[in-house]
Amino acid sequence: MGAQLRVYRRRIRGVSATKKITKAMEMIAASRIVKAQRQVAASTPYADELTRAVTAVATGSNTKHPLTTEAEHPARAAVLLVTSDRGLAGGYSSNAIRTADRLTQRLRGEGKEVDTYVVGRKGVAYYAFRDRAVAESWTGFSDSPQYGHAKAVAAPMIESLLTDTAAGGVDELHIVFTEFVSMMTQTPVDRRLLPLSLDNGADGAADGEGAERRKGEALPLFEFEPSAEGVLDALLPRYVESRIYNALLQAAASEHAARRRAMKSATDNAEDLIKSLTRLANAARQADITQEISEIVGGASALADASAGSD
Amino acid sequence: MADLHVELVAADRNVWSGEAHMVIARTKSGDIGIMAGHQPLLGVLESGPVTVRTSDGGTVIAAVHGGFISFADNKLSILAEIAELAEEIDVARAERALERSKSEADAAAERRAEVRLAAAAGAH
Repeated sequence: MGAQLRVYRRRIRGVSATKKITKAMEMIAASRIVKAQRQVAASTPYADELTRAVTAVATGSNTKHPLTTEAEHPARAAVLLVTSDRGLAGGYSSNAIRTADRLTQRLRGEGKEVDTYVVGRKGVAYYAFRDRAVAESWTGFSDSPQYGHAKAVAAPMIESLLTDTAAGGVDELHIVFTEFVSMMTQTPVDRRLLPLSLDNGADGAADGEGAERRKGEALPLFEFEPSAEGVLDALLPRYVESRIYNALLQAAASEHAARRRAMKSATDNAEDLIKSLTRLANAARQADITQEISEIVGGASALADASAGSD
Repeated sequence: MADLHVELVAADRNVWSGEAHMVIARTKSGDIGIMAGHQPLLGVLESGPVTVRTSDGGTVIAAVHGGFISFADNKLSILAEIAELAEEIDVARAERALERSKSEADAAAERRAEVRLAAAAGAH
């Protein structure tokens, strides 16, 4: 066997092994998307009910609460960025990071300081490499977040929202995550969670409000137990947690979808590569055979010439 | 008798939904029973058992750990971070959790285990 042929065969074997791995990863990701989507769907009733309740309190009472009223001069904002723990998901993490960078630029342009909170090893690595300060970070659950994780993430942010701005607290809370639109489309988005803005059409709270108004019925006058302030105090942290939980779940579904797509194109590329390498290997094998034949024929005719000359 | 629609939802799933005559839950300021036509209400729940008297005469008991109750337009929602139906509760496990929390002096865990056991006992 010719040296060239051996080289091609070795490369084909290598590419096939890689293809097996990417194919397996593609299938794992595909099965996890379904599970992640189910989790998103299962968390929706809670988020919807909670959003409705928050809207009811925010509009149905004249309560002033630090979490619902807009600060006159917002000086500091918190940005929560959701990325993945593992790579091999195409541009998933870098797209989210870019969106967060744009948001940070915009907030800085408005004269606010920005505290960054990061979920996911990829985001943490990005900030660490660039020596940028991160207020807090969490890793290890980006592909299957539980409610407890959302609680852990929400806790320091709620605390800093309740702190005075002068003492290092924040006035606004933004979240950047990758929204799961469909199997093929996932878009990184930034949302402002707090203070609640009722004119922000993309926000869930505003959706509830809008739907209520469209139906043309006034929001019922609620009785609060124990009091409007007490209910808001208890409700808003839960609201933040549930929104973060929903964002984490959507991000997880998007991560799996992005990984599936990346692995699918890797598998397709491997197939193309194997095909062209096989053609090259066939040509090399054919060239070897042709050469051997011509050597034999050449050798035979040389022998024939020699024996004819000796006669 | 008029009925109301009940949705019992936990953070990660829909636990129970259906029609009921009355729902009894424990808010911060005491037990409250809600029947159809109640004034719109939004309350903070204590951790405790929630009893639902269903339209077909049955009773559904659930252990609810923190959350909210909201009633409007004859629709009652109970939102809880954690909610379990009494049938789902593993009594042996809850008892073990109670022992453990007592020995570790973890008041929150002890309360959770007690609520679970109370809900499970109410159903049997």
